[in-house]
Amino acid sequence: MILTNIETVPGMKIVGNFGLVSGSTVRAKNAILDMGAGLKNVVGGELKSYTDLLTTARQEAVSRMEQQAQMLGANAIVNVRFATSAITAGAAEVYAYGTAVKVQPLTGV
Amino acid sequence: MDLLLLILLLIVTFCSGSIIEKRHFKNLVSREKALLRFPTVSFGAKKTIPDKKIVNVRMVCGEAVIGADYFKCFVSNIKNFFGGRMTSYESVMDRARREALLRMRENARGSSIILNARIETVMVNDPKNPQSVPQCAVMAYGTAVTYGK
Repeated sequence: MILTNIETVPGMKIVGNFGLVSGSTVRAKNAILDMGAGLKNVVGGELKSYTDLLTTARQEAVSRMEQQAQMLGANAIVNVRFATSAITAGAAEVYAYGTAVKVQPLTGV
Repeated sequence: MDLLLLILLLIVTFCSGSIIEKRHFKNLVSREKALLRFPTVSFGAKKTIPDKKIVNVRMVCGEAVIGADYFKCFVSNIKNFFGGRMTSYESVMDRARREALLRMRENARGSSIILNARIETVMVNDPKNPQSVPQCAVMAYGTAVTYGK
């Protein structure tokens, strides 16, 4: 699966369009890690556990989007965008969406 | 007693916060120097250079969550009353953005250019609790393209 956040896949030609695909996930850390982050927040600095949370949430959202695109028979997703929101303290929602397309290599390049 | 505790907390967090921030800025500068032009990050461009062979296309991301310390929060609350620049929070946002961008570029090592890079920012603080210390979460993403020789 090729992912891009531009309108095309460079070096490839779009031959089919399957419309919007999306994936979302809401994830939270456990209370102990939340407490650790709370302490870290008093002294300042990077909140590693929340960064990890964001990374795994993003990966999960992307993999769900990829699954949807695969079901449609696409082999690439173009114009991928991420949206995030903070539903409640300590939880992160990541929403990934894009256009599922079928691409094939340009001939003669 | 309470006042004493507050003063102690402010002193401790001022020291810890400024040490962590200084270290982080130093770290950011050295990593930025190491990655100076590779890969180039393009914020607007969506097209590749024509006539160049494209070897690989993939999406790259980078995340960072940086928290402000208690001292910054305290000072900013006072600042908020009078208005004006809140420099203590500006540095937090700056660090988070630069860290996220750097992580994205580090993930894109080996590619020639990152097209259409975007930065997404979320302030993750509890809206119900005005006492909570704000954190800044930043996600940077773009399309990494590798040109053939």
